[in-house]
Amino acid sequence: MSSEVATHVQEGNGGHASPGFYWAIGGILTVITAVEVAIFYIPALAGAMVPLLLTASATKFLLVVMFFMHLKFDSKIFSGLFLAGMVLATFMTVALTVLFHVLPRLGA
Amino acid sequence: MAEATAVAHDDHHYSSTGLPSWKVGFWAFIGSECLFFASLISTYLVYKGRSVTGPFPEEILNIPLTSVSTFILLMSSLSMVLALDAVQRGNRRLTLIWLAGVIVLGAGFLGFQAYEFNHFVHEGLTLGTNVFGSSFFVLTGFHGAHVTAGVIWMITLWILAARGKIGPADSLKVEVAGLYWHFVDIVWIVIFTLVYLIQ
Repeated sequence: MSSEVATHVQEGNGGHASPGFYWAIGGILTVITAVEVAIFYIPALAGAMVPLLLTASATKFLLVVMFFMHLKFDSKIFSGLFLAGMVLATFMTVALTVLFHVLPRLGA
Repeated sequence: MAEATAVAHDDHHYSSTGLPSWKVGFWAFIGSECLFFASLISTYLVYKGRSVTGPFPEEILNIPLTSVSTFILLMSSLSMVLALDAVQRGNRRLTLIWLAGVIVLGAGFLGFQAYEFNHFVHEGLTLGTNVFGSSFFVLTGFHGAHVTAGVIWMITLWILAARGKIGPADSLKVEVAGLYWHFVDIVWIVIFTLVYLIQ
Protein backbone atom coordinates (compact mmCIF):
# COMPACT_ATOMS: atom_id res chain seq x y z
CA MET A 1 0.00 0.00 0.00
CA SER A 2 2.82 2.41 0.85
CA SER A 3 4.18 2.15 -2.69
CA GLU A 4 0.82 3.44 -3.92
CA VAL A 5 1.08 6.53 -1.80
CA ALA A 6 3.03 9.35 -3.33
CA THR A 7 5.29 11.60 -1.33
CA HIS A 8 4.22 14.86 0.24
CA VAL A 9 4.14 17.87 -2.00
CA GLN A 10 4.88 20.08 0.94
CA GLU A 11 3.83 19.98 4.54
CA GLY A 12 0.34 21.33 5.01
CA ASN A 13 -0.65 20.94 1.39
CA GLY A 14 -1.25 17.27 2.00
CA GLY A 15 0.31 14.26 0.42
CA HIS A 16 -1.69 12.39 -2.13
CA ALA A 17 -2.03 8.92 -3.49
CA SER A 18 -2.50 7.62 -7.01
CA PRO A 19 -5.97 7.59 -8.63
CA GLY A 20 -5.86 3.78 -8.50
CA PHE A 21 -5.47 3.93 -4.73
CA TYR A 22 -8.50 6.23 -4.44
CA TRP A 23 -10.55 3.88 -6.63
CA ALA A 24 -9.56 1.02 -4.32
CA ILE A 25 -10.75 2.98 -1.29
CA GLY A 26 -13.99 3.79 -3.14
CA GLY A 27 -14.47 0.08 -3.85
CA ILE A 28 -13.90 -0.83 -0.19
CA LEU A 29 -16.45 1.82 0.88
CA THR A 30 -18.99 0.38 -1.54
CA VAL A 31 -18.45 -3.17 -0.28
CA ILE A 32 -18.78 -2.08 3.37
CA THR A 33 -22.05 -0.25 2.58
CA ALA A 34 -23.39 -3.39 0.88
CA VAL A 35 -22.37 -5.47 3.92
CA GLU A 36 -24.15 -2.99 6.23
CA VAL A 37 -27.40 -3.36 4.27
CA ALA A 38 -26.99 -7.16 4.25
CA ILE A 39 -26.51 -7.18 8.03
CA PHE A 40 -29.75 -5.20 8.35
CA TYR A 41 -31.72 -7.83 6.39
CA ILE A 42 -30.18 -11.06 7.81
CA PRO A 43 -32.32 -12.16 10.80
CA ALA A 44 -29.57 -14.44 12.15
CA LEU A 45 -27.37 -11.37 12.76
CA ALA A 46 -30.05 -9.43 14.63
CA GLY A 47 -28.38 -10.02 18.01
CA ALA A 48 -25.04 -8.65 16.84
CA MET A 49 -26.47 -6.05 14.50
CA VAL A 50 -25.64 -2.92 16.51
CA PRO A 51 -21.94 -3.65 17.15
CA LEU A 52 -21.48 -4.91 13.58
CA LEU A 53 -23.08 -1.81 12.05
CA LEU A 54 -21.17 0.54 14.33
CA THR A 55 -17.90 -1.18 13.41
CA ALA A 56 -18.68 -0.99 9.69
CA SER A 57 -19.68 2.67 9.98
CA ALA A 58 -16.53 3.54 11.96
CA THR A 59 -14.39 1.80 9.32
CA LYS A 60 -15.99 3.84 6.50
CA PHE A 61 -15.62 7.02 8.55
CA LEU A 62 -11.90 6.37 9.13
CA LEU A 63 -11.22 5.46 5.49
CA VAL A 64 -12.73 8.74 4.27
CA VAL A 65 -11.00 10.84 6.93
CA MET A 66 -7.57 9.22 6.55
CA PHE A 67 -7.38 8.89 2.76
CA PHE A 68 -9.93 11.16 1.06
CA MET A 69 -9.36 13.99 3.57
CA HIS A 70 -5.64 13.16 3.60
CA LEU A 71 -5.24 13.22 7.39
CA LYS A 72 -3.07 10.10 7.09
CA PHE A 73 -0.50 12.06 5.09
CA ASP A 74 -1.06 15.59 6.36
CA SER A 75 0.16 17.67 9.31
CA LYS A 76 -0.74 16.38 12.78
CA ILE A 77 -2.08 19.85 13.60
CA PHE A 78 -5.03 19.20 11.28
CA SER A 79 -5.63 15.85 12.95
CA GLY A 80 -5.59 17.61 16.32
CA LEU A 81 -8.13 20.22 15.23
CA PHE A 82 -10.45 17.53 13.89
CA LEU A 83 -10.00 15.18 16.86
CA ALA A 84 -10.71 17.98 19.35
CA GLY A 85 -14.15 18.46 17.81
CA MET A 86 -14.75 14.75 17.33
CA VAL A 87 -13.86 13.83 20.92
CA LEU A 88 -16.14 16.53 22.34
CA ALA A 89 -18.93 15.54 19.93
CA THR A 90 -18.64 11.85 20.79
CA PHE A 91 -18.56 12.57 24.52
CA MET A 92 -21.68 14.75 24.24
CA THR A 93 -23.61 12.14 22.23
CA VAL A 94 -22.65 9.27 24.54
CA ALA A 95 -23.38 11.31 27.69
CA LEU A 96 -26.85 12.34 26.48
CA THR A 97 -27.68 8.80 25.33
CA VAL A 98 -26.66 7.37 28.71
CA LEU A 99 -28.54 10.12 30.55
CA PHE A 100 -31.81 9.68 28.64
CA HIS A 101 -31.80 6.00 27.67
CA VAL A 102 -29.53 3.94 29.93
CA LEU A 103 -29.98 5.52 33.37
CA PRO A 104 -33.81 5.59 33.25
CA ARG A 105 -33.81 1.84 32.49
CA LEU A 106 -31.56 1.23 35.48
CA GLY A 107 -33.96 3.20 37.66
CA ALA A 108 -31.37 5.84 38.46
CA MET B 1 9.88 27.98 8.29
CA ALA B 2 12.21 27.44 5.38
CA GLU B 3 9.39 25.57 3.65
CA ALA B 4 7.03 28.45 4.27
CA THR B 5 9.55 30.85 2.76
CA ALA B 6 10.08 28.55 -0.18
CA VAL B 7 6.39 28.53 -1.09
CA ALA B 8 5.80 32.22 -0.44
CA HIS B 9 5.56 32.83 -4.19
CA ASP B 10 1.96 31.63 -4.34
CA ASP B 11 -1.18 33.47 -3.26
CA HIS B 12 -1.76 31.54 -0.06
CA HIS B 13 -1.18 32.93 3.39
CA TYR B 14 0.71 30.80 5.87
CA SER B 15 0.23 30.74 9.61
CA SER B 16 3.12 30.78 12.10
CA THR B 17 3.05 26.98 11.97
CA GLY B 18 4.04 27.12 8.30
CA LEU B 19 0.67 25.66 7.36
CA PRO B 20 -1.78 27.38 4.98
CA SER B 21 -4.09 29.66 7.00
CA TRP B 22 -7.12 28.68 4.92
CA LYS B 23 -6.61 25.05 5.70
CA VAL B 24 -5.95 25.55 9.42
CA GLY B 25 -9.09 27.69 9.66
CA PHE B 26 -11.13 25.21 7.70
CA TRP B 27 -10.10 22.26 9.86
CA ALA B 28 -11.09 24.32 12.92
CA PHE B 29 -14.45 24.97 11.22
CA ILE B 30 -14.88 21.23 10.57
CA GLY B 31 -14.12 20.57 14.25
CA SER B 32 -16.92 22.95 15.21
CA GLU B 33 -19.26 21.36 12.66
CA CYS B 34 -18.67 18.02 14.39
CA LEU B 35 -20.27 19.54 17.50
CA PHE B 36 -23.12 21.03 15.48
CA PHE B 37 -24.09 17.72 13.93
CA ALA B 38 -23.45 15.85 17.19
CA SER B 39 -26.06 18.05 18.86
CA LEU B 40 -28.60 17.20 16.12
CA ILE B 41 -27.77 13.48 16.20
CA SER B 42 -27.93 13.48 20.02
CA THR B 43 -31.36 15.11 19.87
CA TYR B 44 -32.55 12.41 17.47
CA LEU B 45 -31.19 9.66 19.72
CA VAL B 46 -32.63 11.21 22.91
CA TYR B 47 -36.12 11.30 21.35
CA LYS B 48 -35.76 7.90 19.69
CA GLY B 49 -38.70 5.60 20.56
CA ARG B 50 -40.62 8.37 22.35
CA SER B 51 -43.17 9.14 19.66
CA VAL B 52 -46.71 8.37 20.85
CA THR B 53 -48.31 8.65 17.40
CA GLY B 54 -47.15 7.34 14.05
CA PRO B 55 -45.75 7.10 11.51
CA PHE B 56 -42.84 5.41 13.28
CA PRO B 57 -39.34 4.94 11.80
CA GLU B 58 -39.73 1.20 11.14
CA GLU B 59 -42.94 1.88 9.18
CA ILE B 60 -41.63 4.59 6.94
CA LEU B 61 -37.84 4.51 6.44
CA ASN B 62 -36.89 3.04 3.06
CA ILE B 63 -33.57 1.21 3.44
CA PRO B 64 -33.03 0.18 -0.23
CA LEU B 65 -33.64 3.74 -1.44
CA THR B 66 -31.36 5.27 1.19
CA SER B 67 -28.67 2.66 0.49
CA VAL B 68 -28.58 3.84 -3.12
CA SER B 69 -28.36 7.51 -2.08
CA THR B 70 -25.60 6.61 0.42
CA PHE B 71 -23.68 4.88 -2.37
CA ILE B 72 -24.14 7.97 -4.56
CA LEU B 73 -22.71 10.26 -1.86
CA LEU B 74 -19.75 7.94 -1.28
CA MET B 75 -19.01 7.93 -5.01
CA SER B 76 -19.22 11.74 -5.04
CA SER B 77 -16.43 11.76 -2.46
CA LEU B 78 -14.37 9.52 -4.73
CA SER B 79 -15.06 11.92 -7.60
CA MET B 80 -13.98 14.85 -5.40
CA VAL B 81 -10.64 13.33 -4.45
CA LEU B 82 -10.01 12.45 -8.11
CA ALA B 83 -10.81 16.07 -9.06
CA LEU B 84 -8.21 17.29 -6.54
CA ASP B 85 -5.70 14.81 -7.95
CA ALA B 86 -6.39 16.11 -11.47
CA VAL B 87 -5.93 19.74 -10.35
CA GLN B 88 -2.63 18.93 -8.64
CA ARG B 89 -1.44 17.21 -11.83
CA GLY B 90 -2.57 20.17 -13.95
CA ASN B 91 -5.02 18.06 -15.98
CA ARG B 92 -7.83 20.50 -16.80
CA ARG B 93 -10.00 18.02 -18.73
CA LEU B 94 -10.08 15.51 -15.87
CA THR B 95 -10.61 18.32 -13.36
CA LEU B 96 -13.76 19.36 -15.22
CA ILE B 97 -14.96 15.76 -15.58
CA TRP B 98 -14.53 14.85 -11.90
CA LEU B 99 -15.92 18.16 -10.61
CA ALA B 100 -18.94 17.62 -12.86
CA GLY B 101 -19.19 14.14 -11.33
CA VAL B 102 -19.35 15.65 -7.83
CA ILE B 103 -22.04 18.11 -8.94
CA VAL B 104 -24.18 15.45 -10.65
CA LEU B 105 -23.84 12.92 -7.81
CA GLY B 106 -24.46 15.59 -5.15
CA ALA B 107 -27.57 16.77 -7.02
CA GLY B 108 -28.63 13.13 -7.33
CA PHE B 109 -28.36 12.69 -3.56
CA LEU B 110 -30.48 15.81 -3.07
CA GLY B 111 -33.02 14.43 -5.53
CA PHE B 112 -33.32 11.23 -3.48
CA GLN B 113 -33.73 13.31 -0.33
CA ALA B 114 -36.44 15.47 -1.92
CA TYR B 115 -38.26 12.31 -3.04
CA GLU B 116 -37.96 10.82 0.46
CA PHE B 117 -39.22 13.99 2.18
CA ASN B 118 -42.12 14.26 -0.27
CA HIS B 119 -43.02 10.60 0.29
CA PHE B 120 -42.91 11.03 4.08
CA VAL B 121 -45.19 14.07 3.95
CA HIS B 122 -47.68 12.10 1.84
CA GLU B 123 -47.51 9.30 4.42
CA GLY B 124 -48.43 11.81 7.11
CA LEU B 125 -45.01 12.49 8.64
CA THR B 126 -44.23 16.18 8.91
CA LEU B 127 -42.07 18.36 11.14
CA GLY B 128 -44.93 18.64 13.63
CA THR B 129 -46.40 15.12 13.53
CA ASN B 130 -44.32 13.60 16.33
CA VAL B 131 -40.86 13.82 17.90
CA PHE B 132 -39.50 11.38 15.33
CA GLY B 133 -40.65 13.70 12.52
CA SER B 134 -39.24 16.79 14.24
CA SER B 135 -35.81 15.34 15.01
CA PHE B 136 -35.56 13.45 11.70
CA PHE B 137 -36.41 16.38 9.43
CA VAL B 138 -34.19 18.80 11.37
CA LEU B 139 -31.20 16.43 11.29
CA THR B 140 -31.47 15.30 7.66
CA GLY B 141 -32.67 18.74 6.55
CA PHE B 142 -29.57 20.46 7.92
CA HIS B 143 -27.43 17.79 6.28
CA GLY B 144 -29.23 18.37 2.98
CA ALA B 145 -28.66 22.11 3.34
CA HIS B 146 -24.93 21.42 3.74
CA VAL B 147 -24.97 19.23 0.61
CA THR B 148 -26.79 22.02 -1.27
CA ALA B 149 -24.13 24.54 -0.22
CA GLY B 150 -21.47 22.06 -1.32
CA VAL B 151 -23.06 21.60 -4.74
CA ILE B 152 -23.17 25.39 -5.24
CA TRP B 153 -19.49 25.57 -4.20
CA MET B 154 -18.61 22.82 -6.71
CA ILE B 155 -20.49 24.58 -9.51
CA THR B 156 -18.47 27.72 -8.74
CA LEU B 157 -15.21 25.74 -8.89
CA TRP B 158 -16.30 24.07 -12.15
CA ILE B 159 -16.95 27.47 -13.76
CA LEU B 160 -13.56 28.75 -12.57
CA ALA B 161 -11.85 25.61 -13.88
CA ALA B 162 -13.69 25.90 -17.21
CA ARG B 163 -12.36 29.48 -17.54
CA GLY B 164 -8.85 28.24 -16.86
CA LYS B 165 -8.63 29.95 -13.48
CA ILE B 166 -7.90 26.80 -11.49
CA GLY B 167 -4.44 25.34 -11.93
CA PRO B 168 -1.96 23.41 -9.78
CA ALA B 169 -1.08 26.64 -7.90
CA ASP B 170 -4.74 26.96 -6.88
CA SER B 171 -5.13 23.38 -5.71
CA LEU B 172 -5.67 24.58 -2.13
CA LYS B 173 -9.03 26.07 -3.20
CA VAL B 174 -10.16 22.67 -4.46
CA GLU B 175 -8.64 20.88 -1.46
CA VAL B 176 -10.57 23.03 1.03
CA ALA B 177 -13.80 22.50 -0.95
CA GLY B 178 -12.99 18.80 -0.91
CA LEU B 179 -12.56 18.81 2.87
CA TYR B 180 -16.05 20.28 3.18
CA TRP B 181 -17.51 17.72 0.79
CA HIS B 182 -15.87 14.76 2.51
CA PHE B 183 -17.04 16.06 5.89
CA VAL B 184 -20.63 16.13 4.60
CA ASP B 185 -20.05 12.55 3.45
CA ILE B 186 -18.80 11.29 6.84
CA VAL B 187 -21.75 12.96 8.58
CA TRP B 188 -24.06 10.98 6.28
CA ILE B 189 -22.14 7.76 7.07
CA VAL B 190 -23.04 8.32 10.74
CA ILE B 191 -26.66 9.33 10.00
CA PHE B 192 -27.21 6.34 7.71
CA THR B 193 -26.10 3.94 10.43
CA LEU B 194 -27.68 5.54 13.50
CA VAL B 195 -30.96 6.69 11.95
CA TYR B 196 -31.70 4.25 9.14
CA LEU B 197 -30.00 0.97 9.98
CA ILE B 198 -30.15 0.89 13.80
CA GLN B 199 -33.86 1.40 14.34
